[in-house]
Amino acid sequence: MAKKKLLMGNEAIAFGAIRAGVDVVTGYPGTPSTEVLETIAKHRPSDVYVEWSINEKVAMEVAAGASCAGARTLVTMKQVGLNVASDPLMSLAYIGVKGGMVVLVADDPGPISSQTEQDTRHFAQYAHLPIFDPESPEDAYLLIGEAFQYSEKYHTPVIFRPTTQICHACASIVLEDYADKHSIEGFVKDKKWVIFPRLSYENHIRIIKQERLLADVFSEFSYNRLAGDMKATYGIISNGVSSAYLREVLKDTKDRVRTLSIATPHPFPEKLAVRFLDGLTDVLAIEELDPVLEEALLKICGKYHLNVRIHGRLTDETNIAGANRYENVREAIDHFIGRAPGVRKPCEVMPQLPIRPPVLCAGCPHRASFYSVKLAMQRTKQKAIFTGDIGCYTLGNAKPLDMVDTCLCMGADITMAQGLHRADGSVKQIAFIGDSTFFHTGISGIINAVYNETDITVIVLDNATTAMTGHQPHPGTGLTMMGNSHEKIYIDKVLAGCNVKCIKKANPLHLEEAISMVEAAVAYKGVSVVIFEEPCIGLRKPRPMPYVDAEQCIGCQHCIKEIGCPAISSVENDQVVIDSNLCYGCGLCSQICPVGAVGGAEE
Amino acid sequence: MRMDCLLAGVGGQGTVLASRLIAQTAMELGFEAHTSEVIGMAQRGGSVTSQVRLGGENIAPMIPRGFADLLIGFEPAESARNFTYLKPGGTVVVNTNPIKPVTSSLGQGYALDEILAWLRRQAGHCIFVDGGVLCTAVGSGKVLNVIMLGVLVRENLLPFTKEQILTTMLVHVPERYRKLNEKAFTVGYAYKNINGGIL
Repeated sequence: MAKKKLLMGNEAIAFGAIRAGVDVVTGYPGTPSTEVLETIAKHRPSDVYVEWSINEKVAMEVAAGASCAGARTLVTMKQVGLNVASDPLMSLAYIGVKGGMVVLVADDPGPISSQTEQDTRHFAQYAHLPIFDPESPEDAYLLIGEAFQYSEKYHTPVIFRPTTQICHACASIVLEDYADKHSIEGFVKDKKWVIFPRLSYENHIRIIKQERLLADVFSEFSYNRLAGDMKATYGIISNGVSSAYLREVLKDTKDRVRTLSIATPHPFPEKLAVRFLDGLTDVLAIEELDPVLEEALLKICGKYHLNVRIHGRLTDETNIAGANRYENVREAIDHFIGRAPGVRKPCEVMPQLPIRPPVLCAGCPHRASFYSVKLAMQRTKQKAIFTGDIGCYTLGNAKPLDMVDTCLCMGADITMAQGLHRADGSVKQIAFIGDSTFFHTGISGIINAVYNETDITVIVLDNATTAMTGHQPHPGTGLTMMGNSHEKIYIDKVLAGCNVKCIKKANPLHLEEAISMVEAAVAYKGVSVVIFEEPCIGLRKPRPMPYVDAEQCIGCQHCIKEIGCPAISSVENDQVVIDSNLCYGCGLCSQICPVGAVGGAEE
Repeated sequence: MRMDCLLAGVGGQGTVLASRLIAQTAMELGFEAHTSEVIGMAQRGGSVTSQVRLGGENIAPMIPRGFADLLIGFEPAESARNFTYLKPGGTVVVNTNPIKPVTSSLGQGYALDEILAWLRRQAGHCIFVDGGVLCTAVGSGKVLNVIMLGVLVRENLLPFTKEQILTTMLVHVPERYRKLNEKAFTVGYAYKNINGGIL
């Protein structure tokens, strides 16, 4: 029986994939994509296999293998994850698939939680792959099924591209009990699975011809919606969540325009677009990230000699960067229509508000790790550059810690440190990497450093989970998404296998011991590693809270100025208090108080 | 029925559960429900909002500025920061207990009295809730979200009854937290509006 549920976009996509008969699901966590794979793991029929792979390239290749044996596969990642997985994807576009294969790549306009605002629609164009853009969670639930069908019918991987505002929005969705059944034929040996230059030449011709065919097929695709006033001379083209804002604005303004909402930005439904453009004088393109729809229309206008003015990003009439909202869509439409913008009555000048950037949680072991490295370098009076990486610990760049000098992409802390060392050997290079990132792309950097005899120190922040994306397991935890638990892969053993000779371990919450380990590692000439082991606070119960003795507290605020713990704040006389709702009892503050006023857990 | 509520607070205060409970209850009563929450990096002790949009099909995830019927402020400065989302004459319900960010302890300060007075002057209708006192009454600092729901239902600001939202909570809150949350709701529901009173 169908039932209505309040579901997040990512959950809707997951149920949609189960409905479409997915067999194998792989991925690497990354906001805003993570909950898709987690939801499938939680609700999967018993014959569906789900794994967190160690990185996106591996995930893509595992899925490719399953798919050429006839299994329906889903690979999930965030947009920058596709950069890591681009090698197998580009080749797979040539080789093709047997079982339907959907590559879910979540884009992050804003960006809310990403390094770049890259637009995966370009990737689809570049790889000659079909791409589907849902415009709401409701839409996504069914559209993912279409993506599987097209993939299987045309033997091509298909990209499915929700954006943050689709992934993390909830809607009431009617779930069907239906799940598409199919059998997995198994791998059939054939030369077509081996990529060779001669074959690639032939495949290149095949995929370009198929691209043209799909442009025609998508012109009739029901999710590409031509609507509005067919007598209008003004038109608006949009996609994804922008279409939802456009609808809402048009409901308020009652503008009579023609609209075209695009669910398949590539191959672009050219014939449908020509019908849309027929009789129009002006078109506004409303989209996020890059002007993909706008450029597609410009191309068509050129090709068909259509006298239509195309407005948007390229004419500076819409935002260059960031996510769309009602406000900026409205503003662009007001300007397009030639209407004066509505003016909001300004409210009284607001009092100054404290800025509130994201911070490391109270009790986070990373705070202690960063602080121990900071003190070790201060005590030994050595200059150092601290290279950082992707994860919660990027937040170590905030004051007062100020311990992240660079952050580029997954795994780049270890490798950038090597380049910095080559450029200036007089400065110590200290790289920080999390446990999940270590398994993702850290190991190759370690091998490179050892092989090329570099002098760097690597600090592994092992909190026993992938914390930033919501506590996913990884090889170091020994837990899998199929619910199994097996022997962990130990980071120190991996390092030893890579010929790292100086490997230290410490609990960062034991400050003096941690500092001495860092001092010893930094003094070692060659590749040295300190593994700081202490679980994320999300994995443990709070310990007893330290007690601030008001008689002894001299109000120096050393604790606040040094470690910036969000549980500590100042009251009258500059004395400090600890918030019992936030404190996790890590005990770092009691170890640094110069007068011993913080200590002795409260009974 | 169409109603937009914006929940504003600090990551970790439980705004996500509150927005989901409001949406879930409305949905079970037959309304369309849409929500949108901040998840990920921004959530770590940073400013967060949750959007709840009730009624209306195919509605966009984010409430336009100046359209929210109700601003549910889990923290004073966050309520002020998001005030422009409220429609003219809209209602604000705000917890008066601040969460001071590290930046404010490091010297930036926190003008609590000014912020609260400003909110009172701007809002069509303003309800102050002493979240600290109420959390102490419940015996837990982690139930502000459900206390706020109690206040909102008591003040008839949400389109459902006490019994209806309690039923949703029974289904959607894990069993081990049920008693605590019921108590929190009851304390919030019994709260006397101190608008124009204490502060």
